[in-house]
Amino acid sequence: MSKNKKQVGAVSRRGFLKALGVGGAGMLIPTGAMAAQERVPSSSEGELATLLDLSKCIGCGECVNACRESNASKFPEPVKPYPDMLPAKRAKTEDWSDKRDVDDRLTPYNWLSLQNAEVTYKGEDYDINIPRRCMHCQNPPCANMCPFGAANKELSGITKINDALCMGGAKCRAVCPWHIPQRQSGVGLYLNLMPRLAGNGVMYKCDRCYQLLDKGELPACIAVCPEDVQTIGPRHEIVARAKALAAEMDGFIYGLEENGGTNTLYVSPVPFEMINQVIDKDSGKGVGKKANKGRKKGLGPGKPHMDAVKDVMADETNLATATLVAPIAGIAAGFLGLASRLSTGSEEGGDDAS
Amino acid sequence: MQVRPYSAWISRLFILAVASLTLTGFMQMPLAKRYYVTMVPGLAWTGDFFLVHKLHYLLATLLLFVVGLVVVNWIKGWNRQLSLTPLGMARVGVVAGLVVSGGLRVYRNLPGVTLHPMAILTIEWVHLVLVMVLGVLALVALLRNCSAYAVRK
Ligand code: SF4
Ligand code: SF4
Ligand code: SF4
Repeated sequence: MSKNKKQVGAVSRRGFLKALGVGGAGMLIPTGAMAAQERVPSSSEGELATLLDLSKCIGCGECVNACRESNASKFPEPVKPYPDMLPAKRAKTEDWSDKRDVDDRLTPYNWLSLQNAEVTYKGEDYDINIPRRCMHCQNPPCANMCPFGAANKELSGITKINDALCMGGAKCRAVCPWHIPQRQSGVGLYLNLMPRLAGNGVMYKCDRCYQLLDKGELPACIAVCPEDVQTIGPRHEIVARAKALAAEMDGFIYGLEENGGTNTLYVSPVPFEMINQVIDKDSGKGVGKKANKGRKKGLGPGKPHMDAVKDVMADETNLATATLVAPIAGIAAGFLGLASRLSTGSEEGGDDAS
Repeated sequence: MQVRPYSAWISRLFILAVASLTLTGFMQMPLAKRYYVTMVPGLAWTGDFFLVHKLHYLLATLLLFVVGLVVVNWIKGWNRQLSLTPLGMARVGVVAGLVVSGGLRVYRNLPGVTLHPMAILTIEWVHLVLVMVLGVLALVALLRNCSAYAVRK
């Protein structure tokens, strides 16, 4: 990391706070680079996106801690004992309530975790730290596919799971290309319905600190970062900034094309294919160097990959046209006389029309 | 009851579309794996959320084709020779509701479309409840032996 410390002037943490006139927040700001433009990113400008400059992250873990503090009130407080699920073999409880301290992966109590990748690229050694959490996809499958309307994308570009409605079937995790949302059993609506037969808890993930954004404040992980790794702003500006930054460091962008576009853009001085290959599995914050030598496990649950991701909703988007054409074709067929002739009263099979 | 006054294949297509839409619709809920549906020979695909979702879209196009066909024929002349049975009327209403809520669901899934969470919740639950109502109505129609939607005037 830290191969490139230059800040490309655009929407920065400072600009955000300054423009919002958030009193006192200025104290958080290191006196260094004041290159920021004066911008007021707000959801009235459309989707907000974040940019993570991976050349700057030192893996200190401040963001991980800040995320926990900021969102502690949203964490599940499950009621024990948990209902015996049916069928027991297939519906297992997922319980993180006794493992709240786990921070080397995503859990219902840890919405942000750090990954580490040591990469040699063009003869240079890089030690890349990567804050991982929900990508906030532009067309999120977790929200589109939720059968109950519990997961939604908002105009601000935030994808949010409503903990009062979620049944915890974990479909959103299955269809998320990064399997981000994590389940806690023993909480939520299912307890009041058919706890043994339907549902299994509530899914949790980064909601981009909407409670802070709503007040015009920065998400906790962005505000706390001593290295100014993250920037937030209207997506079109963040995209422009990411491209400029990538050009400047002769680097690469992740999130622009992935899953059709996300509202989280990573910029790195080394290719993401290389990062994905060596990304550590159990680094935890600030560790990662020697701790996992020799480990060959694949990226496990709660430890998202950095592979290329095709647009998983693309087929549905194409099929949507078919659903528009179909009734028109039916109407045309009708006008062409198809089925127009009433069959004679002697038609067989009277009442199977349902 | 009465002999069906319109060609049988319309009914058959409709029944096929509605039955398989119901199946693929219910499989939108994460039930298939939990309840071993995927273990039933030939039903392994029910566990693939994306496949089931796309099939649901495809079957919807079949239903919409039939609906378009019937509506035009109705306007063109069936309305003078046929009348909807009361249960037929109820089911037409429910199918219309399913088509509209389903259409909004498809719209919501387009990239670049963001609806209010409350609107999505409403769409989702209207769709889910209506299909259950349709099931009840179909059962009643079957028990009353008057499952035809329309009869000759
Ligand atoms: S687990 Fe919750 S948010 Fe995810 S698909 Fe099921 S109901 Fe929706
Ligand atoms: S990264 Fe996963 S959880 Fe986040 S919006 Fe995308 S699909 Fe949903
Ligand atoms: S935006 Fe908020 S919820 Fe999301 S990772 Fe950062 S601190 Fe956590």
